Amino acid sequence: MKYSYSILRSLIISSLLVATPLLVSAAEVNVYSYRKPQLIDPMFAAFTEQTGIKVNSVFAKKGMLERLQSEGANSPADLVFTVDIGRLSDIKNAGLTQSVDSARFAGHIPKNYQDPQGHWFGLTTRARIIVASKERVKIGEILSYEDLADPKWKDRICTRSGKHPYMVALTASMIAHHGAAGAKVWLAGLKSNLARKPKGNDRAQVKAVKEGECDVAVINHYYMANMLKDPEQVPWAESVNVLFPNQSDRGTHMNVSGVALTKHAPNRADAIKLMDFLAGSQGQQMYAQKNGEYPVKSGVAWNELQKSWGKFKEDSLSLAAIADNRAAAIRMADEVGYNN
Amino acid sequence: MATGLSHALKHLPRQGHQSGSPPDWWTAGALVLAALALMPVAAVVFFAVDSSGDIWGHLVRTSLPGYVGNTLWLMLGVGCSVFLTGVSTAWLVTMCRFPGRRIFEWLLLFPLAIPAYVIAYAYTDFLEYAGPVQGLLRALFGWHSARDYFFPEIRSLGGAITLMGLVLYPYVYLLARSAFLEQSVNVLEVSRVLGRGPWRTFTTVSLPAARPAIVVGVSLALMETLNDYGTVDFFAVYTMTAGLVDVWLGMGSLAGGAQIATTMLAFVILLITLERISRRHQKVYQQSSSRFRALPAYYLGGFRSALAIMACALPVLGGFVVPVLVLGRLAIVYFERSWTPAFQTYTLNSLLLSASAALLALLVALFIAYSRRLNGGRVLGFATRIAALGYAVPGAVLAVGILVPFAAFDNALDSLLRRTVGFSSGLLLSGTVVAVLFAYVVRFLAVALGQVESSLEKVSPSMDMAARTLGYRAGQTLLRYHVPLIRGGMLTAVMIVFVDCMKELPATLLLRPFNFETLATHVYQFASDEMLGEAALGSLTIVVVGLIPVLVLSRMIARSRLTLGNPAGQG
Amino acid sequence: MAAPQARPRDPASAAARPLLQIRNISCNYALERAVFDLSLTVNRGEQVCLLGPSGCGKTTVLRAIAGFHPVLTGGIFVNDQEVSVPGSMVPPEARRVGMVFQDHALFPHLSVEQNIASGLREFSTAEKRKAVADMLERMGLGHHANRYPHELSGGQQQRVALARALAPKPLLLLMDEPFSSLDLELRERMGQEVADTLKENDITCVMVTHDQNDAFALGDKVGVMVEGAIVQWDTPYDLYHRPKNHFVADFIGNGVFLDGELRSASRVVTVLGDLDSEAILDWPANTPVEVLIRPDDVIHDSQGPIQARVTRRAFKGAEIMYTLRTSNNITLLALFPSHANFAIGDEVSVRLEVDHLVVFPRDATAV
Repeated sequence: MKYSYSILRSLIISSLLVATPLLVSAAEVNVYSYRKPQLIDPMFAAFTEQTGIKVNSVFAKKGMLERLQSEGANSPADLVFTVDIGRLSDIKNAGLTQSVDSARFAGHIPKNYQDPQGHWFGLTTRARIIVASKERVKIGEILSYEDLADPKWKDRICTRSGKHPYMVALTASMIAHHGAAGAKVWLAGLKSNLARKPKGNDRAQVKAVKEGECDVAVINHYYMANMLKDPEQVPWAESVNVLFPNQSDRGTHMNVSGVALTKHAPNRADAIKLMDFLAGSQGQQMYAQKNGEYPVKSGVAWNELQKSWGKFKEDSLSLAAIADNRAAAIRMADEVGYNN
Repeated sequence: MATGLSHALKHLPRQGHQSGSPPDWWTAGALVLAALALMPVAAVVFFAVDSSGDIWGHLVRTSLPGYVGNTLWLMLGVGCSVFLTGVSTAWLVTMCRFPGRRIFEWLLLFPLAIPAYVIAYAYTDFLEYAGPVQGLLRALFGWHSARDYFFPEIRSLGGAITLMGLVLYPYVYLLARSAFLEQSVNVLEVSRVLGRGPWRTFTTVSLPAARPAIVVGVSLALMETLNDYGTVDFFAVYTMTAGLVDVWLGMGSLAGGAQIATTMLAFVILLITLERISRRHQKVYQQSSSRFRALPAYYLGGFRSALAIMACALPVLGGFVVPVLVLGRLAIVYFERSWTPAFQTYTLNSLLLSASAALLALLVALFIAYSRRLNGGRVLGFATRIAALGYAVPGAVLAVGILVPFAAFDNALDSLLRRTVGFSSGLLLSGTVVAVLFAYVVRFLAVALGQVESSLEKVSPSMDMAARTLGYRAGQTLLRYHVPLIRGGMLTAVMIVFVDCMKELPATLLLRPFNFETLATHVYQFASDEMLGEAALGSLTIVVVGLIPVLVLSRMIARSRLTLGNPAGQG
Repeated sequence: MAAPQARPRDPASAAARPLLQIRNISCNYALERAVFDLSLTVNRGEQVCLLGPSGCGKTTVLRAIAGFHPVLTGGIFVNDQEVSVPGSMVPPEARRVGMVFQDHALFPHLSVEQNIASGLREFSTAEKRKAVADMLERMGLGHHANRYPHELSGGQQQRVALARALAPKPLLLLMDEPFSSLDLELRERMGQEVADTLKENDITCVMVTHDQNDAFALGDKVGVMVEGAIVQWDTPYDLYHRPKNHFVADFIGNGVFLDGELRSASRVVTVLGDLDSEAILDWPANTPVEVLIRPDDVIHDSQGPIQARVTRRAFKGAEIMYTLRTSNNITLLALFPSHANFAIGDEVSVRLEVDHLVVFPRDATAV
C-alpha cells in the first residue's frame, strides 16, 4: 500500500538526513519561499552551478509561518524568502530567525532595507507606482498617493484587495506619515473612489484600465516589465502611463523582497553562502534583468525599462517602521470595509 | 446419514468459550479510526478556545457578518440551483421517454469531473472583457469600452452561485436518480390509475419518496460549497472560508482563524444532521426475490420532448462542454509553455496520491460501517458521525488541524529518541506525503462512508445471521458475503473519493512536502496570477483524469438499467 | 449411544435426551425486558414451536438460542454444555445451529448450489459435492442447481434456505416464521413437507411463528408465549382441548366463553344447560366460572334443547362456520358440515356436547 510505502520512505529519508552529516554529503540548502519558483529558481540554478550546493525549495502563498512554528527545531528550512516586508517582520517577531552579522552585507544592502538586529535582509525593492490611462488621464493630473482619495477620481480607480500585503504596506506607510486618523480618512476616501470591488492581482487592475473599467490603478513597478513579456498582456501595459508618486515630497513608497535565516537552520554555512550570492553583484544583476525588480545593491545596472523611467526619489522610511504599522493597517481595511 | 449425524453430534461448539466480554476488535478499531478522524477538528477547536486577544471582537464588528452573509447567500443559491437542476434532470431521465434520454442519463454526470475553481477560470476567460463573447458583442454593436455597455460581472456572488451549481448538481442528480429508480412500481401505477398526470404524480408520489435521497445530495453539494476556496478567492466573494484563511494567514492570527472555523462547524453540524435524519428515513431492504419490472414511463411528444432535451442539454453544455472547449483552446495555444517534464511529474503525483487515498478511505469506511452493523449502539453511531465531520471542514483548516499535532508528534518522538538513543528521527509525518494522505482520508471519509453505509443498509440483516450460523466469523462474513453484494457502492465510493482528491486544493497547498506539486496546486498557482492560459493544460488534465471514474460510473448506470432486478448490479 | 438405527421415535420415551435446555433466561430488547424467566427443554429429534402474537418475545428467544442476543439471567445449554450465560456467549458461528428466515436470506450473488454449499467449508471437495447433491435431491431442487435466487419462486427459495441450513448437519435447526412469506396454499404444503423432512431425518428444531396452523403442522410441542413468558407448553392437542387459562383458550382455535356457576366438583350450570366435567373442578361451590365452547362442541340436533338463529356464516369448503344467537341472546360459534346449508336468519336447534370441559374461574382475568 502506498501508505506504508510512504511511511517507509519517510523513515528512510529521515535516517538518511541524520546520516548525512556523518558522511561526505551532497551539500544543500533548504528554502521556504513565498516567492514563486520561476522568479528565484534561475538564481538558485546559477548558485548551484557556481558552488555545487543544491537548493531545494518549497513554495507556498500562505501558511509558511505556521509550518515553521510547528516544525520547531526539526525544521529542515534554512532560509525563508518573502515577497514583502510583512512576512519578514512576522517571522522575526515569532522568534523563528537568527541574526547574521550585517557587516557581511555592508556595501551591498542599505541600512533602511535590513533589520536593525540583522534578522532579515532585503534583496530587491519594489516601488508601488500609480498607472493611469493614456487616453483618459492627462499627465500630471495625479501626482501622489494622497490624490487617490480626491473625490474627483470617484469610480475611476482600481486596486487589488486592501488586505493584500502590498496594499497593507502602503497603508502602513500612510499611517507612519499621517497618523492613524489621517490614514483612515485617506483609505476611506480611496475606497469610495473604487470603480469596482477589489479583485484580481496588480496586473488585473491594469487590464481593467485598458478595458475602460477604470482610469487609474496602483501596482508594483515590476509588473510593467512582466506584462511587456507576455504578448497577450502587452496591450495592457501600453495603455497606461507610469507615475512615481510623491516625488515632490517624501518620495515613492518602497517595499522589499527579502530573506531571513531560520533559527534552527541545519545548513547554516551554506545558507549564508547563498545569501552572499544573492546580495552580490551577480545575483542582484539577475534580479534586475530577469524580474525587473530594483536591486538593493547600488551600482548594479538596471534593465532597459527601468532606465527609461529614470531615477526617482524613494521614501526613506525604514521598512521596520512600516512593519510596525501593519497590524493596524489590516484592521483599518476591515473597518472601512475596503473589500466590500 | 447416521454416521454423518453422529459425527456431527460428537463435535460440539468448534471454539472454546470466551470468558467475559470478548475483546471486540471491531468496536475498538472503529473508535480509534473515528478518533483519528476527529483529531484535526479537535485541534482546531482547541486553538479557538485558546483565545487570541481581542481579534474576535474586531472580527464580529467588522468582517464576520459579511463572511457569514456571503456564505449564507452562496449556500442558498447553490442549494436551490442544484436542487432544481439535479431533481428535474433525474426525473426526466428516469420517468420520461424522449429521444436521447439514454445518452443524457450518463452525460449529465460529466460536470462532476470539473472542480469549481477550474470552471471559474474557464468562464472568466470566456466571459471577460477580452474574451470571445464580449468581443463578439462589441463587434456586433460597435461598443468600444467597458463603460459603453452592461455585461454581468462573472466574478461575483451571482457568478459563483451559477458556476458552482453547474458542477455540483451531479450529486443531487445521482441520488435523486437512484431514488426514482427504486420507487415502488405499484404505487406509481396506482397513482396513474387514479388519474394523476405526470406533474401531480411527481409532486405527490415520486418527490416525497425521493426526498431523503435528495436532501442527502443537496447536503453534500452544500458541504462542498462551504469548503470551496479556489473559486471564492478568485471571485473575491468573501465567504467564511476565505475569511478564515485571510484572518489566519493574512492577519497572522491562527486562533482567530480557528474561531471562524468553529463557527463554520456549526453550519457543518447542521448539514450533517440534516443528511443523517434523511438517511434514516431512507432505510429500505433489498428484495432478493424481485424480478425485473419496468417503471411506468411518460412518453413525451414533439414540443415537450424538445423542452426535455433542452433541460438536459443545458447543464451538460454549461457545466462541461463549454469549459472543456475553452480550456482546450487555451491549452493548445499555451501548449509549449505548459507541457514540461515538471508538469508530467505533477500529474503522476496527483494520480498516485489520489488513488492511495481513495483505497485507504474505502478500507476505513468499510471497517467503520461494518463495525456499526455488527454492534449497533449509540457510541458507534456517534463515532461514525464524528468520522464524517471531516468532509465539511475546509481544507485549509483541516491542514492546520493536522500539521500542528503531526509536528508535535514528530518533535516529541524526536526529542525522546535523542534523549534515550541519541538518534534523531527528524520529521516523520509532517511535511511528508503522509500528512497529505491523512488530510485526504479525513476529508473524504464521509463520501466513502455514505456510499458503503447506504449499500450495506440494502442488505437484509437476516443475511448476516445466516452467514454466521453457517460458521463464518464476522470478518469472513464481510469479505465473502457483504463485499460482493455492495461491490457497486464500493466502486462508487472509490471513484468519487479519487475525483475529489484530484481536485483538492487548500490542504494540499499547505501540507505538501518539498518540491511536491499536484496538478491542482500547479493550476492554482498560475490562475491566481491571472495566467489563465498557462493554467489551462493542467486544468484540462484534471478534468480528463476526473472523467475516467465518471465514465465508469456512466457505464454502470447504462448497464444497471438492464439488471434492475439484480441487487448486485446496481451502483 | 444406542445403535445408529434405533432412533427414538417418541420424544417422551426414556431413551430421549435433552438437546437444548433453556433455564430461566431473561432478555432485554431495546432497553426493555422482552423475555421473563423463560425455561424450556427440547429433546433430540423433537420439533417444538413458540407461538404468540408479535412482540411477545419469541424471536428474541430464538436469537438468544442462536447466539445473537445476550441473556441477562439463567443459561442456555446445548448437550449439557453452556452456550449462553450472563456475561459470556459462544458466538453464533461456533454453535452449529442452522437458521431459516422469513425472507429466506439467500445469498443473491450465489447460485442455488453455491448457497447450499456455503456452510460446508470444512468438508473436502468430494464430500461437499456429495452433500450438496444429496440435499438437492432431497429437496427436489435438482433442476435448479445453477439458478440464482431471484429466478426461483417463493416455495423454491424456502427449500433452498432449508437445504442450506441443513447441509452442514447442524445440532439444532432454528426457524423464524419460515412460511410467513408464502401464499396460503403453498404454506400448508410446505409446512407438511418440512415437517416430514425433519421427522425423517431426526432433526431437532425450534420454530417461532404467529400462525397456529404452522405451529400445529410442525410442533410436537408448542409453547404459547405472551409478553415474554410461556403461558402453556403442551402438545397441540392439549393446547386446543386443555388450555390452562383464558388467554390460551382464546388464542388457540375458535370458541366462545359461556358464563356459568359451579354446582359441584363435576358439574357446571350455565344458561344453556348443565355440563358435566370428567376432571375434578377444585373450587368452592357456586364459584362464578366461564366455560369454553368450541365450534365443534355445538352439534346440530333437530331435537336439541337450544334454539338459535343464524346471524353470520363463513363458507370453508367442507364445513361452514356459523355464528348463532340463541333465544336467550347467547352467541355461539358452530361448525357444521356444509351440506346442511343454512342461510342467515334461519332457525336451528343445537345441543352442546363437550368432551373436555374447559372451565376457568370468571374473575381471574389475568393470564
